[in-house]
Amino acid sequence: MSEEVKVFGAWGSPFSRRVELALRLKGVQYEYIEEDIFNNKSPLLLKYNPVHKKVPVLLHNGKPIAESLVILEYIEETWKSNPILPEDPYDKAMARFWAKFLDDKCLPALWKAGWSPENEREKAVEEACECLKTLEGALNGKRFFGGATVGLVDIAANFIAHWLGIIQEATGHELLSAEKFPHLFKWTDEFVSCSIVKESLPPRDKLLAFFKDRIAGAMDAPTEASK
Amino acid sequence: MGEENKVILHGMWASPFSKRVELALKLKGIPFEYVEEDLKNKSAEILHYNPVHKKIPVLVHNGKPIAESLVILEYIDETWKNNPRFLPQDPYKRARVRFWTSFVQQHLFETMFTVVKTDGEAQEKAVKELLEKLQVLEEGIKEFFPDGNICIDSNNVGLLDLVLLSVFGPYNVQEEVLGIKIIDMEKTPLVYSWLRAINQLPLVKESIPPHDKLAAVLKFMRENALKSSSA
Repeated sequence: MSEEVKVFGAWGSPFSRRVELALRLKGVQYEYIEEDIFNNKSPLLLKYNPVHKKVPVLLHNGKPIAESLVILEYIEETWKSNPILPEDPYDKAMARFWAKFLDDKCLPALWKAGWSPENEREKAVEEACECLKTLEGALNGKRFFGGATVGLVDIAANFIAHWLGIIQEATGHELLSAEKFPHLFKWTDEFVSCSIVKESLPPRDKLLAFFKDRIAGAMDAPTEASK
Repeated sequence: MGEENKVILHGMWASPFSKRVELALKLKGIPFEYVEEDLKNKSAEILHYNPVHKKIPVLVHNGKPIAESLVILEYIDETWKNNPRFLPQDPYKRARVRFWTSFVQQHLFETMFTVVKTDGEAQEKAVKELLEKLQVLEEGIKEFFPDGNICIDSNNVGLLDLVLLSVFGPYNVQEEVLGIKIIDMEKTPLVYSWLRAINQLPLVKESIPPHDKLAAVLKFMRENALKSSSA
């Protein structure tokens, strides 16, 4: 019985890469469709995600699912090998709590701190560091948020492991340092060193160029990045 | 031996997040102790059980705390497997419920909040956005009620019903305080009928706080927000 699995994504999107990572961790074959999210979204994307018109979208045997955390839970429930969530309902709840914390608080704070204008930066950085401190505590000396292996929370935190460092380099502002957040810093290494994770990350130099372009573009006109 | 299945809910009577958990426990017939929290004077327990957000609701099950209402609801469903099941069994259907729950929570609720906290042009803009999003919901929920029939009873109430109820259940109060029509029978007939059906459930009727009390809280919230934004 053949199974059709497609991912509509964007090469630089951490949300889209989360979905690809989960599929790869479970050994699921999929077809990847690159969307031009800034200039030219495909009719298929608009058809499969009419509400938000965003990537990622997972298409499984013709049925579309949108929203990366919703997709991750679907993947977990559909392909049972290499689980990314614990069995125990309480531990599962904790994982969901942290994934939500990442999406609702942490990532927006980090993003804001990365791109804040000078006069707002101090407050934004303070908030971002509070989030990182909380995550440092949540890691609690474990190798991964998921324990011995990569789990939902690690996947959801992919932005911190890869994108954040690149943004820091592009902007010249450091948020996550080994001195301030030693466990989290070590986790970023552990995470990106996993071969399956490595394969699922966008190339560093391409991302760096993208962010540098964005900064240059922002200096000319404060509108959304065009490329 | 100790307390098997000791459940405590730390909540606040006017909080929609707290209300949805309270209802969930009642619907499943789970005995629990309720602790009313004073949000202006948070208890040591809340700060201990939810150090990250310091918010209610917090569910404490056999001494272990869980925060974030949607996380709590899924936990309740997975731990007490009797009816009503808040999520369907099929993974795709579960994904659809989660998708729309996220939409109601992140988009509708947030926009509604903005409508409450603003006036003038900012409010007009938020109202327009709210009504547009309600149209999106109206379209979207057709997949759950394919023949337009809405049959909700205490055995089949789900996650999406609970979340919608907590955001728009008291729409009469919201419309009265804001002077704006939000749930329009003509514009969003499905959402209107759906809310009516949920609001009719006996457990829901007995759990909803009195109209005047809710109106007073909403007025207070709005006045505070307007005062601080013009300060």
